[in-house]
Amino acid sequence: MSGVLADQQQGLEDAVQEALAQATAAGASAASAGASLGQGLNVSVRLGEVETVEHTRDRSLGVTVFFGQRRGSASTTDLAPASVADTVRAACTIARNTGEDPCHGLPDAQRLATEFPDLELCHPWSLNVEQAVEIARECETAGRDHDRRIENSEGASVSSHEGLQVLGNTLGFLQSVPSTQHSIGCSLIGRDPAGMQRDHWYTSARHPQELETPQSVGIAAARRAIARLGSRQISTRTAAVIYEAPVAASLLRHFLGAIRGSSLYRKATFLLDKLGQPVFAPGVRIQERPFLRRAAGSASFDAEGVATADRDLVANGVLQGYLLDSYAARKLGRETTGNAGGAHNLVIEPGERDLEGLLQQMGTGLLVTELIGMGVNTVTGDYSRGAAGFWVENGVVSYPVEEITVAGNLGNMFRQIREVGRDVDIRGNIRTGSLLLEGLAIAGQ
Amino acid sequence: MSDALENVSRDLLEPAGLENRHLESVLAQIMGRAVDFADLYFQHSAHESWMLEEGQVKSASHNIEQGVGVRAVSGEKQGFAYAEDLSLPALTAAAQAARAITSQGQQARVPVARATPVLALYPAVNPLASLADDAKVGLLHRVEAEARRQDPRIQEVIVNLSGVHEKILVLGSDGRLAADVRPLVRLDVTVIAEQDGRREQGHGGGGSRSGYEYFLGDQEHALSYAREAVRQALINLEAVDSPAGTMDVVLGPGWPGILLHEAIGHGLEGDFNRKGTSAFAGRVGERVASPGVTVVDDGTIEGRRGSLSVDDEGTATQRTVLIEDGILKGYLQDSMNARLTGVESTGNGRRESYAHLPMPRMTNTFMLSGEHAPGEIISSVQRGLYAVQFGGGQVDITSGKFVFSASEAYLIEDGKVTRPVKGATLIGNGPDVLTRVSMIGNDLKLDTGVGTCGKDGQSVPVGVGLPTLRIDGLTVGGTQV
Repeated sequence: MSGVLADQQQGLEDAVQEALAQATAAGASAASAGASLGQGLNVSVRLGEVETVEHTRDRSLGVTVFFGQRRGSASTTDLAPASVADTVRAACTIARNTGEDPCHGLPDAQRLATEFPDLELCHPWSLNVEQAVEIARECETAGRDHDRRIENSEGASVSSHEGLQVLGNTLGFLQSVPSTQHSIGCSLIGRDPAGMQRDHWYTSARHPQELETPQSVGIAAARRAIARLGSRQISTRTAAVIYEAPVAASLLRHFLGAIRGSSLYRKATFLLDKLGQPVFAPGVRIQERPFLRRAAGSASFDAEGVATADRDLVANGVLQGYLLDSYAARKLGRETTGNAGGAHNLVIEPGERDLEGLLQQMGTGLLVTELIGMGVNTVTGDYSRGAAGFWVENGVVSYPVEEITVAGNLGNMFRQIREVGRDVDIRGNIRTGSLLLEGLAIAGQ
Repeated sequence: MSDALENVSRDLLEPAGLENRHLESVLAQIMGRAVDFADLYFQHSAHESWMLEEGQVKSASHNIEQGVGVRAVSGEKQGFAYAEDLSLPALTAAAQAARAITSQGQQARVPVARATPVLALYPAVNPLASLADDAKVGLLHRVEAEARRQDPRIQEVIVNLSGVHEKILVLGSDGRLAADVRPLVRLDVTVIAEQDGRREQGHGGGGSRSGYEYFLGDQEHALSYAREAVRQALINLEAVDSPAGTMDVVLGPGWPGILLHEAIGHGLEGDFNRKGTSAFAGRVGERVASPGVTVVDDGTIEGRRGSLSVDDEGTATQRTVLIEDGILKGYLQDSMNARLTGVESTGNGRRESYAHLPMPRMTNTFMLSGEHAPGEIISSVQRGLYAVQFGGGQVDITSGKFVFSASEAYLIEDGKVTRPVKGATLIGNGPDVLTRVSMIGNDLKLDTGVGTCGKDGQSVPVGVGLPTLRIDGLTVGGTQV
């Protein structure tokens, strides 16, 4: 399905081709260029009234030039021919001042994608401001009406975006990808005599019909905020921890950061030289699935035009591959894995139990539903983050907790994963169920 | 007309064929019956970054962003649209989209624009042109050499140099008109040290609103960042696991002021308090900190990363007292939240770019010095943590819970700083943490100029500062239970 930006595809492709031609004319031995257009609507409603109506409209063009083994990059939001020419010139000037590196260059031509299956990423939503306001209102109202302790709101929002991305290089690669992303979110505040608690929920999808209903989003936000009322600190201890699916994805994001090419060639990762070794608990399987229809991270080629592929990153707990672009691959004496720009749908194989089943399996421990702060060191794997959630006894939520930290070392924590839930969160690029981990350090009173 | 206004008008408006009368007529089209206020925000920014690793400057980039944001405000409603194209038709289309929040009214009159008097806190220079490209490359190499010559255990050195040349012009429907040229430079050094198979990293860096000459000069800022990065990495090689639990914490001076930014600053932003979603809402006049604690947000310090001559709504920045001698004094306001709560803007209306709506944001947030010598504060602690460097932090403004993560910390045993411990996240409760301050040092220091604050997906440069501070009973998120 093509969107309203379809009629601009030719113009955007022309701009990319023009940038490549100018780079070549300026003496570049190779070049790549990418351009994007986006437009969308964000509407938010708070306490039943419209709060913001934002019309977004973005465009940019970036070019990377190679003069032999030197590289320079530049970008602009102004796509007028004169600005594109300035941008190419800026990239060339930079390339003349940078050092030579034999690993620089376009990907090997035979690795460029040649098949472009329809991944169904573009499903425009003909949504006007009034309709968006109405949906946001329904969402917030359902949440506020759910419980009388919901006494305030940070509002509900509805957004719909359409984008068009073009990638080209001097090896003759030129592809355009239209896509859409829509979402509904709500953040509500509950109050009891002990104070206020806020929580939120959102739904996000390529196709508007795959969104959760506005009411269910509002009610989920309300339930989560209410459940946190009366939170308290627990004493310092070691305990089993369940990361609820939405926050469990963060653990896998740390994993991706640790197997990224730039972390590897800089030797700045606790997973250095671990290929073929157990890095997760036995039984854990993590796949990259670039061709899932309508998924957030789907792509048939990466940011360099290299073909993506279904593959195992972790099989039975053993590390099977890295995340490499052409540059990092050459640095490491390996082949690119088609991950310029990141991973394309990371999927950890779900287990058999839902969250309730995992709680019973854990018996006593901590259910983490929110993490804050950035206490993660990819070089050493040291991990310490602020957390909020629930203390669980005999498989049942006992009371909400806050103002605590969970800490450990990621290298150990990945091997401490005892079970993966089947409550998979499919909203983002990382698809995981809740994760049950053994024995983490919890700091509190 | 001020120099900045003249220069920015010439660079942004003239090439697009725009004159003040066009802008006034666009604003007049937006201002109907129900629109209280509207503004146009023009921006042009050029950004470059140069990176050295493995002894070579391997990549660099240059980015240009330009556009105009159009906002219409009606009560608590805001309509917003923007365009990269500065032409009158594009501007008019954006204005029509922005005003759609209210039912159509008749065209209104807007007063003739009057330039806001602006006291420039930084020179109107273009940092990108303040040093020749080969000299930028040379600087990166000298910084790397300085890091490597400190210690043979240094394995990797990564140096990033970046500069921004930003020009903004804002015109409001109340006739306010202001322009600003905002230079911003930054240099960051990351090193990895290795010893007996163990690898640890260290960071150093800083910056200011100026050209790149800030890094050169007598103070050799650039080289000091390299030495700082190495010092931290070598200390981390010796670090043992951090304790877990509640203990007395001494924060070092400078960057640990991130405590104030997270624990206090966000909770005092006017939007959260107007909406009643902050744990600090309705508490002006109450005691929220120990006697002696005074916290200010000051956007007027010359050359600082967090400073602005005028904010993004054309209001002059100021020094705002947030907490005075322990009592909550006031909030940080942009113009919309100020109007809705019947106060004046404090000059804290900031936005990441023309493509983002302004909101109340911090500038440079710090605590004033007390009377204790730093050594006296450390020796007062029986067993605790001395934390001197931090990574990032975060806060839940509704529950008030905040975290900030140490990257360099030590145990205090019997009043003495003993072993270094691994970085740990500290967690606390904003409205309560400053009531546990028991000693304030006489050594207020501002950070070196590396802070970036995120809120609602918008990043802006900020500064923090702190004297050495003792806090009784803060939760330390280590692994040694």
